[in-house]
Amino acid sequence: MTTSLHVESLTRRFGSFVAVDAISFDIQAGEIWGFLGPNGSGKSTTIRMLCGVLAPSDGKAEVLGIDVARDPEAVKLRIGYMSQGSTLWADLTVIEHVRFYAGLYGMSGREGEERIAAWMQRTGLSERHNQLAGVLPGGYRKRLALACTLLHAPQMIFLDEPTAGVDPVSRREFWDIIVGLADEGTTVMVTTHYLDEAEHCNRLAMIYNGKIVASGTPESLKHLPQIGTTVEIFSNDCVGVLEAIETLPFVRGAGLYGSSLHVALASAADIDRLGSALAATGLNAQPPHPVLPSLEDVFASVAGSP
Amino acid sequence: MRVALQLTGLTRRFAATTAVDRLSLDVASGEIFALVGPDGAGKTTLMRLLCGALAADEGGALVDGIDVISQAERVQSAIGYMPQRFSLYPDLSVMENLRFYGTIFGISRSDFEARARSLLVDFALADFADRLAEALSGGMKQKLALACTLIHRPSTILLDEPTAGVDPVSRREFWRLLYGINRSGTTIFVSTPYMDEAERATRVAFMTDGKIVSVGTPAELKAALHGEVVEVRCSRYRDARRALHGIPSVRSVEMFGDALHVLVDSAETSISDFRRQLQAIGIEDGAFRSVPPSLEDAFVAKLSA
Repeated sequence: MTTSLHVESLTRRFGSFVAVDAISFDIQAGEIWGFLGPNGSGKSTTIRMLCGVLAPSDGKAEVLGIDVARDPEAVKLRIGYMSQGSTLWADLTVIEHVRFYAGLYGMSGREGEERIAAWMQRTGLSERHNQLAGVLPGGYRKRLALACTLLHAPQMIFLDEPTAGVDPVSRREFWDIIVGLADEGTTVMVTTHYLDEAEHCNRLAMIYNGKIVASGTPESLKHLPQIGTTVEIFSNDCVGVLEAIETLPFVRGAGLYGSSLHVALASAADIDRLGSALAATGLNAQPPHPVLPSLEDVFASVAGSP
Repeated sequence: MRVALQLTGLTRRFAATTAVDRLSLDVASGEIFALVGPDGAGKTTLMRLLCGALAADEGGALVDGIDVISQAERVQSAIGYMPQRFSLYPDLSVMENLRFYGTIFGISRSDFEARARSLLVDFALADFADRLAEALSGGMKQKLALACTLIHRPSTILLDEPTAGVDPVSRREFWRLLYGINRSGTTIFVSTPYMDEAERATRVAFMTDGKIVSVGTPAELKAALHGEVVEVRCSRYRDARRALHGIPSVRSVEMFGDALHVLVDSAETSISDFRRQLQAIGIEDGAFRSVPPSLEDAFVAKLSA
């Protein structure tokens, strides 16, 4: 197995603030590696260091075997980076953008045009090829940024919240593309706030206050001992139930989950206590039953529920 | 029943595109009404029409009884509108941002102090009143934007994808605030790309190509999904997905978190087919069960149809 990314004690300070605090991890070729964490926890800063646009304060990162601090330009040519604030020019059309990026990466002639056409098609942009980027709906702006990122067939891609604001059906199409690329051998590092998407990742790391607080496969994260026991409650008044139980001393956390409620408890021994407390409220609710925590539950538990 | 929003044949075109196409809809006072739809469906255009920022080509709309066309300025001062990119002033503090919006909405100084203090406390922003907006986390910025939207006590608020790009914990917190606001009587009209948020609305509209194609309670929309959903958990789910796609009775196979959701006419008669099909490609650990459809199932089915 080849290592695409090797990160060792990578650190970035801004003045006295430590945005990224000595994090270490490896990503293997063809892996989809998800990076999760609250807003402001250091995800984008990490990605910007790995892409060679921000110098690390300390530590080291090798991207595709290249030391990013020593040769950031060589890294930039071989990777694709889709930033959160997609760098689009309002007064260029969709196709002008894609051609501009193709030019940047020295793609020209028939092969270049074929690749442009293929990615326009694959990201669903063909119908809007003459529209100005400035008037594109949010989801289409993301598609355009994705097409520009993938055009030059990079070996490794960094996607920073690629699906923020993208509709549920298009999100699935995005992930079909991402999974397809990984199957062909592209290495993917991706951040997302949609934790159902994180299930597609081979491995995940959760970052909080600049430190990696948990990592592993999606499955292994759900079995972390510190998560305790998760129960689900069905009710037609989930908000009422939530307000009634969240202050109970043995309830570690609670949140709405789709049309039900998930509650974090220290251990299975608390399930009956919760059941009795719930019955005592007189609210219309089914008794709590244990479930495997969702990644959202894991996230709330390790990344600090307020 | 009081009506908060009343749309009649509301239409807006941009060149050859009809962004909002003869929409008629009533939203009752006190509802949390969710608007969902694909990118480019016209959701943001609709929001901008309703807050009086954009003029309609045809039809009309009343917001809290005010005509958005003939009384656009009155609408703007009566309602709360939080666009996708809400303008907070990065170099003003939390309190100064609130004061700025208070001034715009013509709130008296004495009224402002009390209102601002109660919003800061309710939104857990009181400790950050002097912090510059640019130094707030993404979740806190959204809370401040919401507080600014509410400063003049609007009875109806329009929120355009307020939680896009917000982390899961902050998103939960944001929705708790919305419930609180709603409980005290505010009507909420919100667009969202998160179907779990739409699950909790009183009613939901699916919008596509400028039209509302379905509207109802989450339960009604799910009931309207013709067919049943089989949840499949197994190893090698990508291979499994391809294999299940090949079965003629299967209408769609979608990833839902760590499971596949397969839409079929009848769950009961399909499961043995599924098991056989997966075994044929060497997947022996398939677990199958019929599950109630989620709103996301209904949405995906509606849009893929």
